[in-house]
Amino acid sequence: MSNFEYLQNVVTLQLDQAACIGCGMCIEVCPRSVLSIPAGIARIERRDRCIECGACMRNCPVGAVAVRSGVGCAAAVINSLLGRKGGCCCTIDESSSDKGCFC
Amino acid sequence: MGYVVDPGLYALGQPNKKSPILVTANYKLSFDKLRERLTGRDFWILVVDTKGVNVWCAAGKGSFGTEELVRRIAAARLTEVVNHRTIILPQLAGPGVAAHLVKQLSGFNVRYGPIRAADLIEYLDAGMKASPSMREESFSLAERIVLVPVELVAALKAAFFIIVALFFTAGLGAEGHYWQSTLAKGPAAAAAIGLALLAGTVAVPVLLPCIPGRAFTAKGILVGLAASFLFLVLTGTFNEQAMNILEKSAWILIITAATAYLAMNFTGASTFTSLSGVKKEMRWGLPVEIAGAVAGIVLLIASRLAF
Repeated sequence: MSNFEYLQNVVTLQLDQAACIGCGMCIEVCPRSVLSIPAGIARIERRDRCIECGACMRNCPVGAVAVRSGVGCAAAVINSLLGRKGGCCCTIDESSSDKGCFC
Repeated sequence: MGYVVDPGLYALGQPNKKSPILVTANYKLSFDKLRERLTGRDFWILVVDTKGVNVWCAAGKGSFGTEELVRRIAAARLTEVVNHRTIILPQLAGPGVAAHLVKQLSGFNVRYGPIRAADLIEYLDAGMKASPSMREESFSLAERIVLVPVELVAALKAAFFIIVALFFTAGLGAEGHYWQSTLAKGPAAAAAIGLALLAGTVAVPVLLPCIPGRAFTAKGILVGLAASFLFLVLTGTFNEQAMNILEKSAWILIITAATAYLAMNFTGASTFTSLSGVKKEMRWGLPVEIAGAVAGIVLLIASRLAF
Protein backbone atom coordinates (compact mmCIF):
# COMPACT_ATOMS: atom_id res chain seq x y z
CA MET A 1 0.00 0.00 0.00
CA SER A 2 1.34 3.42 -0.84
CA ASN A 3 1.95 5.46 2.26
CA PHE A 4 0.87 8.80 0.96
CA GLU A 5 -1.69 10.40 3.19
CA TYR A 6 -3.07 13.89 2.87
CA LEU A 7 -4.73 16.12 5.50
CA GLN A 8 -6.45 14.55 8.49
CA ASN A 9 -10.15 14.65 9.35
CA VAL A 10 -11.27 16.56 6.34
CA VAL A 11 -12.93 14.21 3.83
CA THR A 12 -16.71 14.16 3.46
CA LEU A 13 -17.09 10.40 3.03
CA GLN A 14 -20.08 8.93 4.87
CA LEU A 15 -21.31 5.37 5.08
CA ASP A 16 -24.77 4.26 6.17
CA GLN A 17 -24.05 0.83 7.56
CA ALA A 18 -27.73 0.12 8.14
CA ALA A 19 -28.36 0.40 4.40
CA CYS A 20 -25.28 -1.57 3.31
CA ILE A 21 -25.91 -4.97 1.76
CA GLY A 22 -22.25 -6.00 1.70
CA CYS A 23 -22.01 -6.40 -2.08
CA GLY A 24 -18.41 -5.21 -2.08
CA MET A 25 -18.63 -2.88 -5.07
CA CYS A 26 -17.24 0.03 -3.06
CA ILE A 27 -14.15 -1.99 -2.25
CA GLU A 28 -13.71 -3.02 -5.88
CA VAL A 29 -13.73 0.55 -7.19
CA CYS A 30 -11.85 2.35 -4.41
CA PRO A 31 -8.32 3.22 -5.61
CA ARG A 32 -7.17 4.05 -2.08
CA SER A 33 -8.22 1.02 0.00
CA VAL A 34 -10.39 3.20 2.21
CA LEU A 35 -13.12 0.67 2.85
CA SER A 36 -13.24 -2.93 4.00
CA ILE A 37 -15.88 -5.55 4.69
CA PRO A 38 -14.87 -7.24 7.92
CA ALA A 39 -18.18 -8.99 8.59
CA GLY A 40 -20.59 -8.70 5.70
CA ILE A 41 -21.02 -4.96 6.09
CA ALA A 42 -18.74 -2.26 4.69
CA ARG A 43 -16.70 -0.14 7.05
CA ILE A 44 -14.59 3.00 6.64
CA GLU A 45 -11.19 1.61 7.50
CA ARG A 46 -8.80 4.40 6.52
CA ARG A 47 -10.79 7.61 6.22
CA ASP A 48 -7.84 9.97 5.75
CA ARG A 49 -6.73 8.12 2.62
CA CYS A 50 -9.97 8.99 0.80
CA ILE A 51 -9.54 11.28 -2.22
CA GLU A 52 -13.27 11.89 -2.68
CA CYS A 53 -13.32 10.54 -6.23
CA GLY A 54 -16.89 9.35 -5.71
CA ALA A 55 -16.48 5.89 -7.28
CA CYS A 56 -17.92 4.10 -4.21
CA MET A 57 -20.96 6.35 -4.10
CA ARG A 58 -21.58 5.97 -7.82
CA ASN A 59 -21.36 2.19 -7.66
CA CYS A 60 -23.30 1.56 -4.46
CA PRO A 61 -26.57 -0.05 -5.59
CA VAL A 62 -28.40 0.97 -2.40
CA GLY A 63 -27.08 4.50 -1.95
CA ALA A 64 -25.34 3.71 1.33
CA VAL A 65 -22.27 5.79 0.55
CA ALA A 66 -22.25 9.57 0.31
CA VAL A 67 -19.33 11.85 -0.46
CA ARG A 68 -18.99 15.34 -1.86
CA SER A 69 -16.91 14.27 -4.82
CA GLY A 70 -14.50 16.36 -6.80
CA VAL A 71 -10.92 16.64 -7.91
CA GLY A 72 -8.26 17.57 -5.37
CA CYS A 73 -6.70 20.16 -7.61
CA ALA A 74 -5.77 23.70 -6.54
CA ALA A 75 -5.73 24.98 -10.12
CA ALA A 76 -9.29 23.78 -10.62
CA VAL A 77 -10.37 25.52 -7.39
CA ILE A 78 -8.72 28.75 -8.54
CA ASN A 79 -10.35 28.44 -11.97
CA SER A 80 -13.77 28.08 -10.44
CA LEU A 81 -13.09 30.97 -8.03
CA LEU A 82 -12.27 33.12 -11.05
CA GLY A 83 -15.40 31.90 -12.79
CA ARG A 84 -13.48 30.25 -15.61
CA LYS A 85 -15.47 27.70 -17.49
CA GLY A 86 -14.35 24.57 -19.28
CA GLY A 87 -13.58 22.53 -16.20
CA CYS A 88 -10.40 21.27 -17.73
CA CYS A 89 -8.46 19.36 -15.19
CA CYS A 90 -5.84 16.78 -14.47
CA THR A 91 -4.73 16.05 -17.97
CA ILE A 92 -3.50 17.27 -21.27
CA ASP A 93 -6.57 17.46 -23.37
CA GLU A 94 -4.79 17.74 -26.67
CA SER A 95 -7.78 16.86 -28.78
CA SER A 96 -9.74 19.94 -27.93
CA SER A 97 -8.95 23.53 -28.66
CA ASP A 98 -9.05 24.84 -25.10
CA LYS A 99 -5.33 24.20 -24.66
CA GLY A 100 -3.76 21.72 -22.37
CA CYS A 101 -4.45 22.08 -18.70
CA PHE A 102 -2.17 20.52 -16.20
CA CYS A 103 -3.37 20.13 -12.72
CA MET B 1 -3.76 16.23 -32.71
CA GLY B 2 -4.00 12.58 -33.46
CA TYR B 3 -4.61 11.70 -29.83
CA VAL B 4 -8.09 10.46 -30.42
CA VAL B 5 -9.26 6.98 -31.38
CA ASP B 6 -12.60 6.56 -33.13
CA PRO B 7 -15.15 5.22 -30.63
CA GLY B 8 -16.61 1.79 -31.34
CA LEU B 9 -15.76 -1.89 -31.18
CA TYR B 10 -12.30 -3.15 -32.09
CA ALA B 11 -11.04 -6.72 -32.50
CA LEU B 12 -7.65 -7.62 -31.10
CA GLY B 13 -6.33 -10.89 -32.50
CA GLN B 14 -9.13 -13.23 -33.56
CA PRO B 15 -11.87 -12.75 -30.97
CA ASN B 16 -14.98 -14.93 -31.04
CA LYS B 17 -18.30 -15.06 -29.21
CA LYS B 18 -16.64 -16.10 -25.98
CA SER B 19 -13.81 -13.56 -25.94
CA PRO B 20 -13.63 -11.02 -23.15
CA ILE B 21 -14.70 -7.44 -23.79
CA LEU B 22 -12.50 -4.68 -22.44
CA VAL B 23 -13.72 -1.10 -22.31
CA THR B 24 -11.51 1.96 -22.53
CA ALA B 25 -11.46 5.69 -23.30
CA ASN B 26 -10.80 7.06 -26.78
CA TYR B 27 -7.60 8.71 -25.63
CA LYS B 28 -4.97 7.22 -27.92
CA LEU B 29 -2.48 6.65 -25.13
CA SER B 30 -5.03 4.69 -23.06
CA PHE B 31 -5.95 2.60 -26.08
CA ASP B 32 -2.34 1.92 -27.08
CA LYS B 33 -1.32 0.99 -23.53
CA LEU B 34 -4.11 -1.53 -23.49
CA ARG B 35 -3.27 -3.03 -26.90
CA GLU B 36 0.40 -3.22 -26.05
CA ARG B 37 -0.27 -5.32 -22.98
CA LEU B 38 -2.57 -7.78 -24.69
CA THR B 39 -0.61 -8.79 -27.77
CA GLY B 40 -0.94 -12.45 -28.63
CA ARG B 41 -4.41 -12.80 -27.13
CA ASP B 42 -7.91 -12.40 -28.50
CA PHE B 43 -10.11 -9.62 -27.18
CA TRP B 44 -12.86 -7.26 -28.04
CA ILE B 45 -12.11 -3.67 -27.14
CA LEU B 46 -15.02 -1.29 -26.80
CA VAL B 47 -13.86 2.31 -27.06
CA VAL B 48 -16.21 4.89 -25.57
CA ASP B 49 -16.19 8.53 -26.58
CA THR B 50 -14.45 10.54 -23.86
CA LYS B 51 -13.42 13.33 -26.26
CA GLY B 52 -9.85 12.12 -26.18
CA VAL B 53 -9.56 12.39 -22.41
CA ASN B 54 -8.02 9.60 -20.32
CA VAL B 55 -10.11 7.20 -18.24
CA TRP B 56 -9.70 8.79 -14.81
CA CYS B 57 -10.33 12.39 -15.85
CA ALA B 58 -13.18 11.45 -18.19
CA ALA B 59 -14.83 9.45 -15.41
CA GLY B 60 -14.48 12.41 -13.06
CA LYS B 61 -16.03 14.74 -15.60
CA GLY B 62 -18.76 12.27 -16.47
CA SER B 63 -17.95 11.79 -20.16
CA PHE B 64 -16.87 8.23 -19.36
CA GLY B 65 -20.24 7.59 -17.78
CA THR B 66 -23.10 5.14 -17.55
CA GLU B 67 -25.06 6.79 -20.36
CA GLU B 68 -22.21 6.84 -22.86
CA LEU B 69 -21.27 3.25 -22.06
CA VAL B 70 -24.82 1.98 -22.48
CA ARG B 71 -25.11 3.85 -25.77
CA ARG B 72 -21.86 2.30 -27.06
CA ILE B 73 -22.92 -1.19 -26.02
CA ALA B 74 -26.09 -0.79 -28.06
CA ALA B 75 -24.35 0.83 -31.05
CA ALA B 76 -21.79 -1.97 -31.22
CA ARG B 77 -24.56 -4.59 -30.91
CA LEU B 78 -22.58 -6.36 -28.24
CA THR B 79 -25.45 -8.72 -27.48
CA GLU B 80 -25.00 -10.16 -30.99
CA VAL B 81 -21.20 -10.07 -31.01
CA VAL B 82 -20.73 -12.24 -27.92
CA ASN B 83 -22.85 -14.77 -26.07
CA HIS B 84 -21.66 -13.88 -22.59
CA ARG B 85 -22.82 -10.79 -20.70
CA THR B 86 -19.72 -9.41 -19.02
CA ILE B 87 -17.66 -6.33 -19.80
CA ILE B 88 -14.43 -5.41 -18.07
CA LEU B 89 -13.86 -1.75 -17.27
CA PRO B 90 -10.71 -0.10 -16.02
CA GLN B 91 -11.15 0.42 -12.28
CA LEU B 92 -10.52 4.13 -12.63
CA ALA B 93 -13.74 4.50 -14.64
CA GLY B 94 -15.51 3.95 -11.30
CA PRO B 95 -16.26 7.62 -10.53
CA GLY B 96 -18.28 7.89 -13.76
CA VAL B 97 -19.91 4.53 -14.27
CA ALA B 98 -22.61 2.97 -12.09
CA ALA B 99 -22.20 -0.78 -12.59
CA HIS B 100 -25.71 -1.65 -11.36
CA LEU B 101 -27.31 0.84 -13.75
CA VAL B 102 -25.32 -0.50 -16.71
CA LYS B 103 -26.62 -3.97 -15.84
CA GLN B 104 -30.15 -2.64 -15.64
CA LEU B 105 -29.98 -0.69 -18.90
CA SER B 106 -27.90 -2.99 -21.09
CA GLY B 107 -27.98 -6.42 -19.49
CA PHE B 108 -24.19 -6.47 -19.20
CA ASN B 109 -22.40 -7.13 -15.93
CA VAL B 110 -19.64 -4.66 -15.23
CA ARG B 111 -16.46 -6.03 -13.74
CA TYR B 112 -13.81 -3.54 -12.71
CA GLY B 113 -10.39 -4.69 -13.82
CA PRO B 114 -7.08 -3.50 -12.40
CA ILE B 115 -5.98 0.15 -12.45
CA ARG B 116 -2.95 -0.56 -14.65
CA ALA B 117 -3.20 -2.28 -18.03
CA ALA B 118 0.02 -4.09 -17.12
CA ASP B 119 -1.92 -6.18 -14.56
CA LEU B 120 -4.72 -7.17 -16.92
CA ILE B 121 -3.42 -10.57 -18.02
CA GLU B 122 -2.74 -11.57 -14.43
CA TYR B 123 -6.21 -10.38 -13.45
CA LEU B 124 -7.87 -12.38 -16.22
CA ASP B 125 -5.82 -15.50 -15.60
CA ALA B 126 -6.81 -15.36 -11.93
CA GLY B 127 -10.46 -15.54 -13.03
CA MET B 128 -11.10 -11.79 -12.94
CA LYS B 129 -9.69 -11.35 -9.47
CA ALA B 130 -7.59 -8.34 -8.60
CA SER B 131 -4.96 -8.42 -5.89
CA PRO B 132 -5.07 -5.47 -3.46
CA SER B 133 -2.05 -3.85 -5.12
CA MET B 134 -3.83 -3.90 -8.50
CA ARG B 135 -6.60 -1.84 -6.92
CA GLU B 136 -4.31 0.85 -5.57
CA GLU B 137 -3.28 4.06 -7.14
CA SER B 138 0.46 4.56 -6.71
CA PHE B 139 2.65 7.64 -6.86
CA SER B 140 6.20 6.33 -7.13
CA LEU B 141 9.33 8.37 -7.72
CA ALA B 142 9.28 7.42 -11.41
CA GLU B 143 5.64 8.45 -11.71
CA ARG B 144 6.43 11.79 -10.09
CA ILE B 145 9.52 12.43 -12.21
CA VAL B 146 7.50 11.95 -15.39
CA LEU B 147 5.36 14.90 -14.28
CA VAL B 148 8.29 17.26 -13.77
CA PRO B 149 8.71 18.46 -17.39
CA VAL B 150 4.96 19.08 -17.64
CA GLU B 151 4.91 21.11 -14.44
CA LEU B 152 8.11 22.96 -15.29
CA VAL B 153 7.07 24.00 -18.79
CA ALA B 154 3.63 25.13 -17.62
CA ALA B 155 5.17 27.21 -14.83
CA LEU B 156 7.86 28.60 -17.10
CA LYS B 157 5.26 29.86 -19.55
CA ALA B 158 3.56 31.79 -16.77
CA ALA B 159 6.80 32.97 -15.18
CA PHE B 160 8.50 34.15 -18.35
CA PHE B 161 7.09 37.67 -18.21
CA ILE B 162 7.78 37.94 -14.49
CA ILE B 163 11.42 37.06 -15.12
CA VAL B 164 11.69 39.57 -17.96
CA ALA B 165 9.96 42.29 -15.93
CA LEU B 166 12.11 41.74 -12.87
CA PHE B 167 15.27 41.62 -14.96
CA PHE B 168 14.65 44.90 -16.73
CA THR B 169 13.44 46.78 -13.67
CA ALA B 170 16.38 45.57 -11.60
CA GLY B 171 18.46 48.57 -12.58
CA LEU B 172 15.82 51.19 -11.89
CA GLY B 173 16.44 53.57 -9.04
CA ALA B 174 20.13 52.71 -8.81
CA GLU B 175 22.79 55.32 -9.24
CA GLY B 176 24.71 55.48 -12.47
CA HIS B 177 23.84 53.97 -15.82
CA TYR B 178 20.58 52.06 -16.20
CA TRP B 179 22.14 49.30 -18.29
CA GLN B 180 25.13 49.01 -16.03
CA SER B 181 23.03 48.46 -12.95
CA THR B 182 20.56 46.28 -14.81
CA LEU B 183 23.34 43.97 -15.88
CA ALA B 184 24.64 44.00 -12.32
CA LYS B 185 21.33 43.25 -10.61
CA GLY B 186 19.20 41.65 -13.32
CA PRO B 187 20.79 38.20 -13.27
CA ALA B 188 20.12 37.83 -9.54
CA ALA B 189 16.45 38.74 -10.09
CA ALA B 190 16.14 36.18 -12.88
CA ALA B 191 17.98 33.59 -10.79
CA ALA B 192 15.58 34.12 -7.88
CA ILE B 193 12.54 33.30 -9.99
CA GLY B 194 14.36 30.49 -11.77
CA LEU B 195 15.26 28.93 -8.42
CA ALA B 196 11.67 29.20 -7.21
CA LEU B 197 10.52 27.45 -10.39
CA LEU B 198 12.99 24.62 -9.91
CA ALA B 199 12.11 24.36 -6.23
CA GLY B 200 8.37 24.23 -6.87
CA THR B 201 8.22 22.06 -9.97
CA VAL B 202 11.26 19.80 -9.59
CA ALA B 203 12.28 19.59 -5.93
CA VAL B 204 8.75 19.39 -4.51
CA PRO B 205 7.50 16.57 -6.80
CA VAL B 206 10.71 14.55 -6.53
CA LEU B 207 11.16 14.90 -2.78
CA LEU B 208 7.42 14.90 -1.95
CA PRO B 209 7.31 12.03 0.59
CA CYS B 210 10.50 13.24 2.30
CA ILE B 211 9.34 16.82 2.89
CA PRO B 212 7.76 17.30 6.33
CA GLY B 213 4.14 18.39 6.59
CA ARG B 214 0.90 17.18 5.03
CA ALA B 215 -0.35 20.29 3.24
CA PHE B 216 1.42 20.85 -0.07
CA THR B 217 1.65 24.57 0.69
CA ALA B 218 3.50 23.79 3.93
CA LYS B 219 5.90 21.54 2.06
CA GLY B 220 6.36 24.31 -0.49
CA ILE B 221 7.20 26.88 2.20
CA LEU B 222 9.94 24.61 3.57
CA VAL B 223 11.44 23.95 0.15
CA GLY B 224 11.07 27.65 -0.70
CA LEU B 225 13.05 28.65 2.40
CA ALA B 226 15.75 26.16 1.43
CA ALA B 227 15.80 27.62 -2.09
CA SER B 228 16.05 31.15 -0.64
CA PHE B 229 19.02 30.07 1.41
CA LEU B 230 20.62 28.59 -1.69
CA PHE B 231 19.92 31.83 -3.53
CA LEU B 232 21.68 33.92 -0.89
CA VAL B 233 24.64 31.57 -0.95
CA LEU B 234 24.81 31.51 -4.75
CA THR B 235 24.64 35.27 -5.05
CA GLY B 236 27.36 35.48 -2.44
CA THR B 237 25.62 38.16 -0.52
CA PHE B 238 25.99 36.94 3.00
CA ASN B 239 28.90 39.22 3.74
CA GLU B 240 29.02 41.57 0.85
CA GLN B 241 27.33 44.87 0.37
CA ALA B 242 25.88 44.02 -3.04
CA MET B 243 22.44 43.43 -1.58
CA ASN B 244 21.05 45.24 1.41
CA ILE B 245 18.91 43.60 4.06
CA LEU B 246 15.69 44.86 2.47
CA GLU B 247 16.51 43.25 -0.85
CA LYS B 248 17.58 39.98 0.78
CA SER B 249 14.31 39.83 2.73
CA ALA B 250 12.41 40.65 -0.44
CA TRP B 251 13.90 37.72 -2.33
CA ILE B 252 13.33 35.31 0.57
CA LEU B 253 9.65 36.28 0.61
CA ILE B 254 9.24 36.12 -3.17
CA ILE B 255 11.05 32.80 -3.63
CA THR B 256 9.20 31.18 -0.72
CA ALA B 257 5.78 32.45 -1.80
CA ALA B 258 6.31 31.36 -5.40
CA THR B 259 7.54 27.92 -4.39
CA ALA B 260 4.61 27.45 -2.03
CA TYR B 261 2.19 28.40 -4.80
CA LEU B 262 3.74 25.94 -7.24
CA ALA B 263 3.72 23.20 -4.61
CA MET B 264 0.05 23.90 -3.92
CA ASN B 265 -0.65 23.50 -7.62
CA PHE B 266 0.97 20.09 -7.58
CA THR B 267 -2.03 18.80 -5.59
CA GLY B 268 -3.81 18.33 -8.92
CA ALA B 269 -1.11 16.10 -10.35
CA SER B 270 -0.81 13.99 -7.22
CA THR B 271 -2.87 10.86 -6.68
CA PHE B 272 -3.75 11.23 -3.02
CA THR B 273 -5.38 14.64 -2.49
CA SER B 274 -9.08 15.28 -1.91
CA LEU B 275 -11.06 18.34 -2.91
CA SER B 276 -12.04 19.04 0.71
CA GLY B 277 -8.39 18.86 1.71
CA VAL B 278 -7.22 21.13 -1.09
CA LYS B 279 -9.89 23.69 -0.22
CA LYS B 280 -8.84 23.56 3.41
CA GLU B 281 -5.18 24.19 2.71
CA MET B 282 -6.00 26.89 0.17
CA ARG B 283 -7.99 28.85 2.74
CA TRP B 284 -4.75 29.69 4.53
CA GLY B 285 -2.26 28.89 1.78
CA LEU B 286 -3.46 31.24 -0.91
CA PRO B 287 -3.61 34.34 1.37
CA VAL B 288 -0.15 33.51 2.74
CA GLU B 289 1.28 33.17 -0.76
CA ILE B 290 -0.29 36.40 -1.98
CA ALA B 291 0.74 38.31 1.14
CA GLY B 292 4.29 36.97 0.86
CA ALA B 293 4.62 37.94 -2.78
CA VAL B 294 3.14 41.42 -2.25
CA ALA B 295 5.32 42.07 0.80
CA GLY B 296 8.33 40.87 -1.18
CA ILE B 297 7.65 43.21 -4.06
CA VAL B 298 7.08 46.17 -1.68
CA LEU B 299 10.39 45.42 0.04
CA LEU B 300 12.10 45.09 -3.32
CA ILE B 301 10.88 48.54 -4.36
CA ALA B 302 11.83 49.94 -0.96
CA SER B 303 15.31 48.46 -1.27
CA ARG B 304 15.79 50.21 -4.60
CA LEU B 305 14.51 53.54 -3.25
CA ALA B 306 16.63 53.32 -0.13
CA PHE B 307 19.75 54.10 -2.11
